[in-house]
Amino acid sequence: MSQHPANRIHADNPILEVHELAFGYGAEPLLRNVSFDVKSGSIFAIMGASGSGKSTLLRTLIGLLRPSAGEIIVGGEDYCCLDDERRAKIGRRFGVLFQGGALWSSMTAAENVALPLQMFTQLDKASIDALVQLKLSLVGLDTGRASMPSDLSGGMRQRVGLARALSLDPEILFLDEPSAGLDPISAKRFDDLVKELRDGFGVTVILVSHELPSLFDICDDGVFLDAESKTAIAHGAPQVLRDTCAHPTVHAFMNRQTPPGTLRRRRST
Amino acid sequence: MTEPLTGRGWLARIDGTNMVLFLSGDWSARDDVVRARMTDSLLERSNIHAIRFDSSNLGRWDSSLLVFLSSLREALARRRIVFDQTGLPPAARRLLALLPVAPPESTAPTRGIGSIERVGIWAIERWSDLIGLTTLIGETILRTGAAARGRVRTRLVDVLACIQDAGIAALPMVALVNVLIGGIVAFVGGIQLRRLGAEIYVADLIGVTEVREMAPLMTAIVMSGRTGSAYAAEIAAMQGSEEIDALHAIGIPVFDYLILPRLSALTSMMPLLCVYGGALGLFGGFAVAVAMVNISPASFVTQLRGAVAGSDISLGLAKSIAFGGWIAIAGCRIGLKAGRSATDVGHAATTAAVSGIVGVISLDALFDVCANAFGI
Repeated sequence: MSQHPANRIHADNPILEVHELAFGYGAEPLLRNVSFDVKSGSIFAIMGASGSGKSTLLRTLIGLLRPSAGEIIVGGEDYCCLDDERRAKIGRRFGVLFQGGALWSSMTAAENVALPLQMFTQLDKASIDALVQLKLSLVGLDTGRASMPSDLSGGMRQRVGLARALSLDPEILFLDEPSAGLDPISAKRFDDLVKELRDGFGVTVILVSHELPSLFDICDDGVFLDAESKTAIAHGAPQVLRDTCAHPTVHAFMNRQTPPGTLRRRRST
Repeated sequence: MTEPLTGRGWLARIDGTNMVLFLSGDWSARDDVVRARMTDSLLERSNIHAIRFDSSNLGRWDSSLLVFLSSLREALARRRIVFDQTGLPPAARRLLALLPVAPPESTAPTRGIGSIERVGIWAIERWSDLIGLTTLIGETILRTGAAARGRVRTRLVDVLACIQDAGIAALPMVALVNVLIGGIVAFVGGIQLRRLGAEIYVADLIGVTEVREMAPLMTAIVMSGRTGSAYAAEIAAMQGSEEIDALHAIGIPVFDYLILPRLSALTSMMPLLCVYGGALGLFGGFAVAVAMVNISPASFVTQLRGAVAGSDISLGLAKSIAFGGWIAIAGCRIGLKAGRSATDVGHAATTAAVSGIVGVISLDALFDVCANAFGI
């Protein structure tokens, strides 16, 4: 009986739970009382308008920001309450693709992918090289492996960033605006790749995006953050929210409409 | 069926011209050495036409299994042996479908340039630098003329911001360096002159050295490390964020918007900083001469008045203006020709500091040769 990672897809147990999460600078809240569960093996979308706190939530989930209240449960432990060493250990189960790739500019594409393996595994050079080749092939980077990031196109940088995020075979893959700046064909290819990697490795994907075609195409669950209340106002798959959610902000966002009253308010100001 | 071949996580049974590979246990790339290198030895000992898989005992797996399978598939393709993947987990088959069968290009950076080519590239780059610098100096002269006639589009607020940065903000560092240099010159000179019974001439030494040489030179070195490198880093960062491209696209002259404010700020502030630094250098020398070389304050001042001529002050001020111009032009030029990455920003800052200091010292030597020739 094979227990390959794909068996984890759509398992009932959540891989990440967020309970009443809050974050803010001083008296100004950026997130308020946000709760949701991410099922193992799912592709989970964090949605919302600009300024709703999507990126703040993502940065809190990956440990770059400490929440002012609430819990983030990963593997049965409250990730926020752990000491730095334990957090770092859990953090190595995460892969993160930042917007635009965020590649280290002094290294080649291959060196970018190799660095996490050199830092956090005991593998020898030949093994690391083999894994780097594999990851770059998986993301479809057939050329430019020895190039510096500044010599790569935006789509190639995204792919290298994805290969780097996958380098340690993460359980959860965080993607920050993965299709931003890509042409429609490249964006579709990237979406298909994310789906293939989820199906192949069984990795759970949490992505921040407001690219509606991508959201409808690949996500099977999600949370919608409201820019005014700074909290989650809807939960569910993007397609379901588009078709059934009655909340005016969610409905307008999902159907690419102007929310009722907004136009009049803008004109009067 | 022959004797099975085995390795960690796999066992191969050869049946005639077919091999069945039984995969078992957990395959983890994090803790294991990837087993890809075993594939060649696996095939060397057999004369087979096809490989099949049995993954019924396979546990958890990750990239480690994929590296093994993809390198095996490559090796089989080279030997024209069939790779029958039907027995593999469906997820592994999906991922294998994403991988090319042919080996990918090398990840090693290309470093195949010979020494002659290196010299040629170096010479071309230096020639290009020289042309760029000459062009910038020429443009500076022309645009400065236009600025004098009020025909440039420089924003006053930018000039004032640069003046604040290159002037008031630099005062503490310029003061510290010049006071210490004045004190050091007085101490070292005083000790030597005392042996000859001529310690009163320490005032001459400090006066001439500070006013003609040390105040403009040390101030310029401080400003080169502090402000010249900051100009280069700032403009290089603007390259990275395409701000320079935006200026070009809109049609705003880069010289007017970026270089002229910095150039005018440094060339106007440097003489003032030089006067300020020189005064503090003299004070440092005076304090050490009085406290440690036992010269009376009145004698020091009287001797100093006789030692420093107006031409010395003029020469020091002329030097400081030239130094300021050089530091600003070098910093801006290096920033403008920098690449677009974070490394390039650091490289530009370092290059600007080094170029500024080397250029300032070279200019100082040139000034002294000319001053000597003209008897100043």
